[in-house]
Amino acid sequence: MSVTDEPAATGAGGEEIGVPDGTDRGTGGPSTAGPAGSGGTRTARAAGAVGTFADERFGASRIVRGFARKVFPDHWSFMLGEIALYSFVVLLITGVFLTLFYVPSVAPTTYEGSYAPLNGQQVSEAYASTLRLSFDVRGGLLVRQIHHWSALVFAAAILVHMFRVFFTGAFRKPRELNWVVGVVLALLAIFEGFAGYSLPDDLLSGTGLRIASSILLSIPFVGSYLSSFLFGGEFPGEAFIPRLYTIHVLILPAVFVLLISAHLFMVVLHKHTQYPGPGRRDDNVVGYPFYPVYLAKAGGFFFIVAGITTLMAAVFTINPIWAYGAYDPSPVTAGSQPDWYMGFLDGAARLAPGWWEFTAFGHTVSLNVLLPAVVLPGVLSIVAILYPWLESFVTRSRREHHVLDRPRNAPTRTGLGVMAITFYLLLLVSGGNDIIATQLHLSINAITVALRVLVIALPPIAFLVTKRICLGLQRRDRDLVLHGRETGRIVRTEQGEVYEVHEPIDERERWRLVQHQAHRPYEPPSPDETGSGNGHSVTVRDRLRSRLNRFYFRDRVDPVTPAELAAAQASGHGTGPGHGTGEGRSTEAPSTEAAGTTTER
Amino acid sequence: MTTPQMNPPQPTAEARGAGKDTVTAPTARRRRRMATALLVPIGLLTTGLAYTLLAPGSAGAAPTGAEDVSAGRELFLANCSTCHGIDAGGRDLAPSLVGVGAAAVDFQVGTGRMPLRASGPQSPKGSKVTFSQEEIRRLAAYVASLGPGPEIPGASAVDPTLGDPSRGALIFRTNCAMCHNFAGKGGALTQGKYAPDLSDTSPTHIYEAMLTGPGSMPVFADTTLDSESKRDIIAYLDTINEAPSPGGLALGSLGPVSEGLVAWVVGLSALIGCAVWVGARSS
Repeated sequence: MSVTDEPAATGAGGEEIGVPDGTDRGTGGPSTAGPAGSGGTRTARAAGAVGTFADERFGASRIVRGFARKVFPDHWSFMLGEIALYSFVVLLITGVFLTLFYVPSVAPTTYEGSYAPLNGQQVSEAYASTLRLSFDVRGGLLVRQIHHWSALVFAAAILVHMFRVFFTGAFRKPRELNWVVGVVLALLAIFEGFAGYSLPDDLLSGTGLRIASSILLSIPFVGSYLSSFLFGGEFPGEAFIPRLYTIHVLILPAVFVLLISAHLFMVVLHKHTQYPGPGRRDDNVVGYPFYPVYLAKAGGFFFIVAGITTLMAAVFTINPIWAYGAYDPSPVTAGSQPDWYMGFLDGAARLAPGWWEFTAFGHTVSLNVLLPAVVLPGVLSIVAILYPWLESFVTRSRREHHVLDRPRNAPTRTGLGVMAITFYLLLLVSGGNDIIATQLHLSINAITVALRVLVIALPPIAFLVTKRICLGLQRRDRDLVLHGRETGRIVRTEQGEVYEVHEPIDERERWRLVQHQAHRPYEPPSPDETGSGNGHSVTVRDRLRSRLNRFYFRDRVDPVTPAELAAAQASGHGTGPGHGTGEGRSTEAPSTEAAGTTTER
Repeated sequence: MTTPQMNPPQPTAEARGAGKDTVTAPTARRRRRMATALLVPIGLLTTGLAYTLLAPGSAGAAPTGAEDVSAGRELFLANCSTCHGIDAGGRDLAPSLVGVGAAAVDFQVGTGRMPLRASGPQSPKGSKVTFSQEEIRRLAAYVASLGPGPEIPGASAVDPTLGDPSRGALIFRTNCAMCHNFAGKGGALTQGKYAPDLSDTSPTHIYEAMLTGPGSMPVFADTTLDSESKRDIIAYLDTINEAPSPGGLALGSLGPVSEGLVAWVVGLSALIGCAVWVGARSS
């Protein structure tokens, strides 16, 4: 059984949720348990008293009831963000434990602990304390590993969640700002992760910081000042670890909590998007109430996330700082890589040819670092942040979208997304080129050259292929709607005609396949019309817009219209006996345009 | 840390001796002169003795006789001379073996790198060693007879139990980790060459590799890295190979790449699987 949460029909966006059975206070809320619950047990009475107390002070019953009845649609892909959220909670809990033992200082000390191969070595307080919490604090290593695995899973879940939102068009009006908050959270996760990776002051984290300082140094004019400001002088200095600690455990987590709250608040405010289906419209939400269904599901899912990361931490080593040894600026280890979420930047830097660095006017210009490590992530972030507006500029859609797109129904967007993923993955793979070389017995030079070519050539190919696949799937959907499902039953009539019996698909399924809107390429007003003195002329903006619009919608497959369906059913084409049962049903496809045909160029 | 604790007794003993000397000045001065004269030969003798006892070398190994050299020459002619030349003087294909020493032969043949199985960027460690230990000893004897070169280290020189793993870790990190990775798991070099994984390499072969610098590896002669440091490195590698991984499965000790792979393939896949399970329609 599902509940339809229908706010007053106009503008679903900012509407407060309407509970079907009225809004009068005192019906079924926690407040009723108080005075009326005379026959209840002692616990029930106590709970009732607490409820009454809260209700009389904060109006809790209205809040609780409103939220308890808030309807969320059900789909596994809506839980990807939850994985990130719960990993974050795990990170907070384990992080607090780690702060109890970690010493954010690079003051030299002698390691005297239970790990023999490091005994007696001169190390920093930060490193020694991390070793101590790993080996000499009960459960310390497990908690450290839970923290680190959660960080990797956190970043991965954010990325996957982001692409779910992208491919289904959930970033469209009114959710553009929430998309921006999400992108900022994703970027912050990278920084936060890197800050944590750098705290133990082991060989790998020091190498990472060295690279971070080099990236800063590559910024023209201000680079050396920035690095000097951040590190409190020359790298490595003594100021950075304490500063990074404050950033990692105080500033960024606070920003995270703030932004995550805003992110979730907006989810509640906008209501959750839903996948297309019968009865699902832009002005309603079909699903289950938060209480009890999602309280149970979400609560349980938190423990699943915590459990799986704990299991990983118990089975797999992560960041064996004891093996890396203490940081020392002179050595570096083969296979020095950042954690995976930074890997694409490392990969981009590995692909950049060395000759991009040159000397001009007595200054070294390190474009081989600046372009891949500063400009590239900057451009990618800006494109990601602006994408919702870019798309609405192209589609000229001003309305609110609460029903999600099936990715195949937005072939260009899906193609662009897969293109971005391909590009990102190739950069990520480049970040591990040396590991690939040793594990697969290949030449690192050959791998790098191949990746340089692929990183440019493959994304456009991925775009084209994805778009074609989407169009093909749409065509298949049309075919299913018009001709039904192939049954594999071959019938020969008395006249000798042979055909395969097609079974009409059921109405719910058909709705899913025909509900989406048909986009038509935008035709800019022709110069003849506009030139006739109404003050409007074709601007560069218009031209750009129509060109982009053509790029998005030139190749398209329109959904089946009611007229087409009726025509197909009337002609009885390709159908066997028993076809035409869908007669009485109105398909009511949202597209009101006449003669929606498959157009493609 | 340990040296300051051990030093104090020595100065006090000297001071006490000096205090006794001051009682009778002339005899003491004569005695001191004789002592200096005696001290030199005694010192030389101790050093010599200590050297013969402790120095790496074939002191403990079976002595190489003339018959070993001739038997080695037979083996060489039959198996190696095609590439290295009849006189081991090298050809276009392969380098001269004059002066490479017994250690180079023991390493290259003993790890199965020689005889070369196929041409490539680098001769890989062989899965099978072609010659028996005895044959390798003879080959080494023959090559050693061509010119002076590094010798096969004795058992004590490569005994991991005698080394200091903590010091070895520092030396390893500074000199070896840049190619062989922090845990000796190997790393990529240019054009398909690589620094091999050291987990299965015997202490003697590690020592010989440092001594002879096979392939792209630099030579760490005793002047660069004394024999004690080499033994410390061996002790460190032995420690990390023998000790169980404290954090669970080490994932190849390859660093964040394998960790990232596990985070996605195991962690996120499992979680998404659970999400599909939890999110499955309950009706």
